[in-house]
Amino acid sequence: MPQPIEQQKVIQDKVKEHEHLVVEGMDISGHWNRMFGQRAIFDYDPDNLAKVATLQGGESLEWCYGCAKCTAVCPVDIVGDYSPRKIHRKTQLGIDLFTSEDLWLCTTCRNCLRVCPKEVDMIQIMPAVREQAVLAGNVPAELQKAFEDTAKFGNPLGQAQRKRDAWTKDAGTPVPIMSTIKRPVDVLWYVGSYTSYHPRGIDAARAAARIFAALGVDYGILGKEEKDDGDSQRLAGEKGLFEMLAESNIAAFNNYEWQTMVVTGPHEYNAFKNEYPKLGFDRPVQHYTQFLAEHLDQLRPLLKHEVKARVTFHDPCYLGRHNGEYDAPRALLQAIPGVELVEMGRCRENGYCCGGGGGGMWLDSFTAKHTSMRLSERRVREAAEYEAEILAVSCPFEVSRFEDAAKSTGNDTLKVRDILELLDLSLRG
Amino acid sequence: MKIVVAIKQVPSLADEVELNAEGTNLDFDAVDFVLNEWDEQAIEQAVLVKEAGSGAVTVIGVDATGELDGVLHTALAKGADAVAKVAGEFEPGLTSHAQARLLSSAIIDMAPDLVLTGVQAPDDLDGQLGPMLAALMDLPYVGVVNSVQVSGRTATVHKEYAGGLMAEFSVQLPAVIGIQAASQPPRYAPVSKVRQLAKTATIEEIETAEDELESGLSVRSMTRPVSVGHADMIAGDAKAVAGRIIAILNERGLI
Repeated sequence: MPQPIEQQKVIQDKVKEHEHLVVEGMDISGHWNRMFGQRAIFDYDPDNLAKVATLQGGESLEWCYGCAKCTAVCPVDIVGDYSPRKIHRKTQLGIDLFTSEDLWLCTTCRNCLRVCPKEVDMIQIMPAVREQAVLAGNVPAELQKAFEDTAKFGNPLGQAQRKRDAWTKDAGTPVPIMSTIKRPVDVLWYVGSYTSYHPRGIDAARAAARIFAALGVDYGILGKEEKDDGDSQRLAGEKGLFEMLAESNIAAFNNYEWQTMVVTGPHEYNAFKNEYPKLGFDRPVQHYTQFLAEHLDQLRPLLKHEVKARVTFHDPCYLGRHNGEYDAPRALLQAIPGVELVEMGRCRENGYCCGGGGGGMWLDSFTAKHTSMRLSERRVREAAEYEAEILAVSCPFEVSRFEDAAKSTGNDTLKVRDILELLDLSLRG
Repeated sequence: MKIVVAIKQVPSLADEVELNAEGTNLDFDAVDFVLNEWDEQAIEQAVLVKEAGSGAVTVIGVDATGELDGVLHTALAKGADAVAKVAGEFEPGLTSHAQARLLSSAIIDMAPDLVLTGVQAPDDLDGQLGPMLAALMDLPYVGVVNSVQVSGRTATVHKEYAGGLMAEFSVQLPAVIGIQAASQPPRYAPVSKVRQLAKTATIEEIETAEDELESGLSVRSMTRPVSVGHADMIAGDAKAVAGRIIAILNERGLI
């Protein structure tokens, strides 16, 4: 048996390389292959790519070999002209990412990293480069306003800290505040900024309070001692602001005795589970869908009223792809009598992005200049294609984003409801 | 060109303010302190003057709260070149007289060409600090200014008047200017930068020889305003609201 060809030795003096060869009058030259010559990459100035790669967190941009798997799944590319591979290529060709408007389009949804064979990690690259841009003062105005409001008021909505627990007044059930009850609790419920202040976010907060009361959960909230988690500001480049908020929140968390923390938002969940431990806070934390799914046996008998609707669920990037939770929200929806759950094409691991992550929540007008439609608009169109009557969500960023998108795309009949609101509806009728 | 900005911290009005037990002042233990917003404008204007020409900006304040450092680090992050604080055993709620004495004796030693300060503050709505600083240093003063341009030894400033009127003044330097608003909105100081500076920056501490800090005035009583009227909110659907409005107008004999 002859040896496999790769093991056979090349006899140098019998091998001749020709760029062009004519044998017996026939031109048998092969097609020119760029591998024969110098690679095109060396024609470019590597400085801009190196500038990114030398940052802590920016290293992996250099690892891209241009396969474009990310481009196929990037939610921004679906409505615009942007993907990690395109960023890599543009940077190779001399675009300075630090001053390019492309820098602010990534929502850190993590779908690119999921498919990337080279593990080019935009979740690290984007905050690292954005931090330099922020330090240099190159920040889109609307994002800067959110930074300023967060620094000044402790929340990106620019609302007064003293009003953070104002929503509790009309919750229809007493909401225990840790500084008032002065006793240990089982569950510390971190409410979050949008759930505390946003007119539609408050609906989810009040629903959660009623559900906790119905379940007899021994819980408390921090009220005026709670500040924004800061994770989206970190991803948008304001690391110092994140650290400042984290220090304040960690001090408040450590001020009281509790067993488990339950959070309303996936961004807060990600912050407390993955980022706050780096700053010394490492305690059990659950997203509310996980907490309630664990208590489904007690919850199910309380869900007496039918919510008769065709419902589809939008996986939040920071609950799903970032933290691997896909089942808890679905288990809750399926426990509601009358709900017919339908999946959209882009669901679970390949779920689409609402556009609010990584600072996108505060870049709406900026991003609109670079996209044919908002990501949230693309998503409600998908929900409408599946003839859903309700788009169920479990992230406080999403209710307002999708409700606005439903109106702006003419899908007014599509209702957007937090899972908390649907559970509360089934509970109370 | 040496530019000095005199600043102070004031109680944050974003939170509910509490009165002390005697009812003579705020309860300073129960309030947060923030930089006076007009001083924030003064810092911005100083940095703009520096950027338009040359010079160095020094920001100075009296540390009456023990928390002034954070404000000074923020000033550095916005473009100030140096920061200083008058250190001593001060309590929050220093009067404008005390502030002016402490600041002027420190600023005179800096031999400034231009002194900027906020034209007023929530605890100094009559805007005394600027004129008192100028008087104590024997310098000219222009207040309610919303733009400053420096050329040689002269500053051209725009001063606001009521009714949308504006006047342009030429002021011989050195002078004290009370800033109403900078010619552009104050820039954002990234917290990342402020925190970096907090680790590396030096704050000059100035000891004071001033011991006459009384203003000669004492507050007998401080109270919340008593509300003398209120709005009635009419509830219900459009028809009910319209009906009620018509009834009220009838009651008052207006229709």
